[in-house]
Amino acid sequence: MQVTQWSEALSGWLMGLGLPGWAAIFLVYAVGSFILINYGMLSVLLLIWITRKAISRIQDRIGPNRVGKYGLLQTVADAAKLLSKEDITPYEADKIAYNLSPILAVFGVLMLLAVIPFAPGLTGVDLNVAALYVVALGSIGIMAALMAGWGSNNKYALLAGFRVVAQLLSYEIPLVLAILTVVLLTGSMRFGQIVEMQSLHVAGFNLGLGWLGIVMPGALIVFFVSSLAEAELTPFDLLEAESELIAGFHIEYSGMKFAMFFLAQFLNAWILGAVAVTLFLGGWQGPGVGLPVIGPILGLGYFMIKVYGVYVLQQWIRGTFPRIRIDQMMYFAWKVLVPLMIGLIVAQAIIQKLPTPVAIQYVLIFIANVGVMAVVAYVLQKYFREEQIRTKRSFEPTSLIGGMQVSEKGTMY
Amino acid sequence: MQLPLGIEVPIPTFEQFVFIQVALLTAVAALAVVISRNLFHSALALTLTFFGVAGVYIFLEAEFLAVSQVLVYVGAIAMLIAFAIMLTRSMMFGRTSPLNNQWGKSSLFAILFFSALLAFARATPWPAAGEEVVADEALIGQLGREFVTTYVIAFEVLGLLLLVALVGAVMLARDR
Amino acid sequence: MVPLSWYLMLAAFLFSCGLYGALARRNAIAMLMGIELMLNAANINLVAFWRHGVGPMEDLTGQAFAVLIIGLAAAEAAVGLALIIAVYRERRTIDVDELDVLAG
Repeated sequence: MQVTQWSEALSGWLMGLGLPGWAAIFLVYAVGSFILINYGMLSVLLLIWITRKAISRIQDRIGPNRVGKYGLLQTVADAAKLLSKEDITPYEADKIAYNLSPILAVFGVLMLLAVIPFAPGLTGVDLNVAALYVVALGSIGIMAALMAGWGSNNKYALLAGFRVVAQLLSYEIPLVLAILTVVLLTGSMRFGQIVEMQSLHVAGFNLGLGWLGIVMPGALIVFFVSSLAEAELTPFDLLEAESELIAGFHIEYSGMKFAMFFLAQFLNAWILGAVAVTLFLGGWQGPGVGLPVIGPILGLGYFMIKVYGVYVLQQWIRGTFPRIRIDQMMYFAWKVLVPLMIGLIVAQAIIQKLPTPVAIQYVLIFIANVGVMAVVAYVLQKYFREEQIRTKRSFEPTSLIGGMQVSEKGTMY
Repeated sequence: MQLPLGIEVPIPTFEQFVFIQVALLTAVAALAVVISRNLFHSALALTLTFFGVAGVYIFLEAEFLAVSQVLVYVGAIAMLIAFAIMLTRSMMFGRTSPLNNQWGKSSLFAILFFSALLAFARATPWPAAGEEVVADEALIGQLGREFVTTYVIAFEVLGLLLLVALVGAVMLARDR
Repeated sequence: MVPLSWYLMLAAFLFSCGLYGALARRNAIAMLMGIELMLNAANINLVAFWRHGVGPMEDLTGQAFAVLIIGLAAAEAAVGLALIIAVYRERRTIDVDELDVLAG
């Protein structure tokens, strides 16, 4: 199926009207980025509403219901309130870093929208290194957090900045490795082609259900967990942990600058969900996307349903999971996810070179992925059982422990 | 285009116009790295320079390299430098000048060196970019193939070096 | 099309800036930043010559070397900064003019 990019079609049409080539391309990309950026900014209003409603349902509350129908305009009201707040700059703050940081945080997230394929032929730019680009732009967010921590002239903000760097850099590695499994299988880093590969043709009709997540559930779960950490969501939200760390690195920010960090965070969660959908859940693929006219519209619909589904799943986890400690988080990234993903990649590379039909290779990759999931589940179960014994010990009176039979290794707890 | 003093300036194409902006941004940021008194601002300017260089790679149709540049330089090296600056921040607000006593000779040498390179770059008749480059998967695949065939030793040695650097950095920086 | 000499001029400027930074700054981290600038300038040159060379689709030597240099720069920054931190712990300074224990 040969799909025309919207940008090519539009610039071709403009050049047909007699515009010079550079002007047509400039105009098309200006219009495209205007639409994308405004979509991104405005969708955050909806995302925050979804979050509040979803978490309210989980906690048996109603949630916002006063401003607008179903409280839909609550976020607008909150944004207006934040705009009217005093803009505080801390004493002796590093002005450049302090003021640049919220802008960079939003910038790094909005740039990601450029490579997301929303529908057949509807991509900002179909970059040939899109998968790597997504990871590279994550580093701008880290830089922004570090700048905010440093610029605020507050030692708690600085410490929180260090914590952000530690977490985001650690979870970037399993994220990259999970993306690498997809790149290995599809042989392309172009999102357009990765989505294209996930079609499933039955008797000439595109069912669009050849999702890579079915073949590689292990990589999908590792990607999803790492993206939760990258988006600073529960159970990895100890960066901001409102109840104990009061928002970490952006503690000194107020008004609209604070809102920009907030915006970047919600949009980042949504976009990482979109990347997960693109890589593992078929992107815009679905029954009937190959049809001539309604195909792209259907594709956009499928894509949005999937991405908002993933977003609701993220919020579900946010509403139900407890927060983990920083040492547990580091342990999980470096001692569980990274070695397993490296093993999975080696296994997959060997499987793909086996002289067997593709179908058997897929089955073998599936088995390897299931193995990875099993090991992760086993390690977590073992770890948390030990953790449970440890915490129980520390709450029991010492006399009781002294009289107890110590079955665990030593009495180090 | 005729400038007032009779200087002939060719009208840049759109691509050249954008390149001039990227190059100017990169150059100004690079200058800010070495003349800024505040070391953290130096690090920020360095980050901007890395971005500018990534933009230059885009002009050279090396997208993979541009993204790797952002990934490694901005994501790792700039971050490490910022960390080191924060850990040694008592050094930043010193009594003395940030420059040592050979800054005069150094600047003279740097300017002379730059002039020589500039004269050389302008005087040599360079070949125009003749061949078309299709920046797609084939190019990245070819790059990967080069790494496991022609440059396999360099590639392996780099891997070993990174491992040694990892172990060495941990050994040096750990608490004793 | 941007001519090759423009890239070379930009690279020359970056290299000279880095040279000045590495030679004239007191702070060891600032010197390291100068070295990073010089490595970047070298990389621009390598890629520019690759693009303007013969057969850029087949012969990727320039790009391959640029990738190797990026990896090398990462290793250099890691070890260099670890050294600087270790020296700072020991002497409470990273001013290279004051680090003269080995001077005769």
